[in-house]
Amino acid sequence: MSPSPEDIAVAAILFVVIAAYALFGGADFGGGIWDLLAGGAERGAAPRELIDESITPVWEGNHVWLVFVLVLLWTAFPPAFAAIFTALFVPLSLSLLGIVLRGVGFAFRHTAERLHMRQLTGATFAAASLITPFFMGTVVGAVATGQVPVHPAGNVLAAWTSPTAILTGFLFVAACAYISAVFLVLEARKRGQQDLTRYFSLRATVAGVLTGALAGATFAELSTSAPYVYARLTGIALPLVAISIAAGIGVLGMLWLRWYHPLFLRGTAAIAVAAVVFGWGLAQYPYLVPSSLSLAAGSAPTATLVAEFVVAGLAVLLVVPAFALLYFLQQRRVLTAAETDADLRLAAQLEQAPRRQHAAAPAPTSARRTRTLVLVVLAIRVIRDVLSRSHRR
Amino acid sequence: MVAVVHVLAVNPVPARSQMGSSLGFHIILACFGVAFAAVTMTAEWIGIRRGDPAALLLARRWSKVMAVLVAVGAVSGTVLSYEMGLLWPGLMGRFGAAIGFPFSMEGIFFFLEAIFVGVYLYGWDRLPPWAHWWSGMPIVVSGVLGALSVVAANSWMNSPAGYTLSHGKLTSVDPWSVFFNASTPYETAHMVLAAYMVTGFLVAGVYAVGLLRGRRDRYHRLGFAVPFTIAGICAPLQVMMGDIIARFIASNQPVKFAAMEYVTTTTRDAPEWMGGIFINGKVYFGAAIPAFDSILVGFSPHTKVIGWDSVPPSQRPPLVTLIHLSFDLMVGIGFFLLALAAWQGWWWWFHRRLLVTPWFLVPSAVSGVAAVAAMEAGWVVTEVGRQPWIVYRVLLVSQAVTPSGGVIVTLAVILVLYAVLTVVSIGVPMVMSRRWRRGTPAEEDAEQVPYGPSPGRFSLAGHTAPPGVPPASPGVPPASPGGPEAP
Repeated sequence: MSPSPEDIAVAAILFVVIAAYALFGGADFGGGIWDLLAGGAERGAAPRELIDESITPVWEGNHVWLVFVLVLLWTAFPPAFAAIFTALFVPLSLSLLGIVLRGVGFAFRHTAERLHMRQLTGATFAAASLITPFFMGTVVGAVATGQVPVHPAGNVLAAWTSPTAILTGFLFVAACAYISAVFLVLEARKRGQQDLTRYFSLRATVAGVLTGALAGATFAELSTSAPYVYARLTGIALPLVAISIAAGIGVLGMLWLRWYHPLFLRGTAAIAVAAVVFGWGLAQYPYLVPSSLSLAAGSAPTATLVAEFVVAGLAVLLVVPAFALLYFLQQRRVLTAAETDADLRLAAQLEQAPRRQHAAAPAPTSARRTRTLVLVVLAIRVIRDVLSRSHRR
Repeated sequence: MVAVVHVLAVNPVPARSQMGSSLGFHIILACFGVAFAAVTMTAEWIGIRRGDPAALLLARRWSKVMAVLVAVGAVSGTVLSYEMGLLWPGLMGRFGAAIGFPFSMEGIFFFLEAIFVGVYLYGWDRLPPWAHWWSGMPIVVSGVLGALSVVAANSWMNSPAGYTLSHGKLTSVDPWSVFFNASTPYETAHMVLAAYMVTGFLVAGVYAVGLLRGRRDRYHRLGFAVPFTIAGICAPLQVMMGDIIARFIASNQPVKFAAMEYVTTTTRDAPEWMGGIFINGKVYFGAAIPAFDSILVGFSPHTKVIGWDSVPPSQRPPLVTLIHLSFDLMVGIGFFLLALAAWQGWWWWFHRRLLVTPWFLVPSAVSGVAAVAAMEAGWVVTEVGRQPWIVYRVLLVSQAVTPSGGVIVTLAVILVLYAVLTVVSIGVPMVMSRRWRRGTPAEEDAEQVPYGPSPGRFSLAGHTAPPGVPPASPGVPPASPGGPEAP
């Protein structure tokens, strides 16, 4: 049984959302990793500030990508979702732990006043950035190697502790650090911080080389652990693999030549990551879990898939203009006429007298009594009406 | 002891506990996501309309608290979507294709809400007043629609509809009927009203504490009056709604209703139990009003009320005492809040004044906590009352729960993490309010919150105090319109 066009369309959407999460969420986690590696409180102050300023506006959006991945998976491909979440209970729980700790550290670090509290929340935030991508990597590795049974009886420890899965975990961490460093190079440059540009350029290069090496190792490992995926990666998905390699080398070249073009550098780095995600998707086709659960067998009924397609369209229709508005406001200059909190505080202090005279003066007592009576009668009638109607039903 | 360990070792119990505590925590933050924008925008509306700086200052500060709470809510919401798979793969694997659709809609509305919280925060200094006010409207709308979507998913578990099964496999789905199942309108209306009450009474409670401490300026009066009025308007609607829903449940899920009201056997002249503990077929320490339950269900003492003897013991919910007492608690608090709102309403109607007597302010200060308790009790009633089913009369909880080991560990971790998250979501606004009261205005402008503009580059730059006005300092406490402590 071959998959229907609806199956393929929704699977494609799923991989687009995964790629978006890999890019934006990856950059976000990578920021936390560089925060962790920035050194002592004094030495790491400048890079930490840059990371903080570039992560803050996008942090929330990343959660939404992840939630969309989960919702799409359980709605469109329920058996795959159930199998993965049962067999890989442990790494998924650990990646969730990372997400929660990150959120806690993030929400509190700006308000924490004392230095040791700041350091504690900062460390939580940074450490969690390491945990989450690593365990998500092991999950992807376990799925790609076909180690997830369709009806697991419980945890499958061997699935995510295989060399391929562990390597994929490290690969994810390195890739997050890489994509984030590339973005941070551009952020530093935009702010005219020469030293930080060089700082992150060096780190982007190191992380890029490391990511390439880990990708090579994972690839070699796949040839024995996941013959089906390996065969397709060297077959039909080979162009995507080649694009990713070329883009990766291109980024390293641009960094080496110090050609920090905002669009080209960012775009090429994004292509390097996205091509791998799509390559993985194509290599698995037509399986949700290679060799055991096919797309056709694991898909929801057609009406659900169509509904998901509509939802995705609606998301684009509603979310894109909203994002455009937010971006427009972020770029816009502050209006001079608007008050700041400080102005309001002063104004509110100067004007202490209660301003009750603005409220309507109370009507004469008799008029108010009549009004009350009319209102009470009306209310009773409405209530009686509602009650009698529900009684009849 | 051995028995307790044995019970805990069976997966449904820790899994249900974990889901319950996650939902119970998240729902409080979700209330703020649904309703806080409306409260804030009311204050802003007063501020713009009357040129009232105190109201505008309130709106600005509330929008910052809203951002913090929505950010924490995003984290706990992510936890919940993981838990759907980690805890209930049996439900999602079988019915994900049906129940997934409302969740997808919720995803969109949450996305919109998060973006527009950002727009609202950025817009303070970048949009003209009324344009800014309107930029908050999408938060209100998507808050309500998001609640509708996610409550629709829960309603579906109570009134499953819109799918066909053949040989245990889902073969067709009608997303529209899934979304608008029989329970959806009732549960949604109940939850949206609850969200407005929880938010309104909690925020009002904070300022009631301020008023009790003698901070009687316009800032605190407004800070109390605006959320209290909104919640107070919802209170009578909620009591009416609750009455209607109880009748709906009596016909739609009679066994749940029987547990709520201690109806052991199907009978006419069913008594209404107030309080009481159910042990071995008898109610102890409870007061019964003869035939009143029948009157509430069908407006006549002769109405037949279905008891839980209508189904075999294996299909009856456990912990009937918990269900009944939770229901009583919810109803009791509902009437308490209604009385509080009516008192202030009466006073306003005839005297056009805010009540500032401690007899009113002390109960008002705890009204928010009471509203939260009522909402949690309500969720206990609907969730425990549906047991042993996860999808009513279709799928058992024991069929849905994960076979994976380790739920007991994640339960423990989740409890610790939620304690931390609770500290964050109460602690951060408290730290902020202390800064508002004691810090300099420049410090307040420099405050950074999730979603908001980063202060270093924007609002702080170039701001100077208007000439002739002394800079506000901690040295002018009686006039300082700072925020009060959280209760």
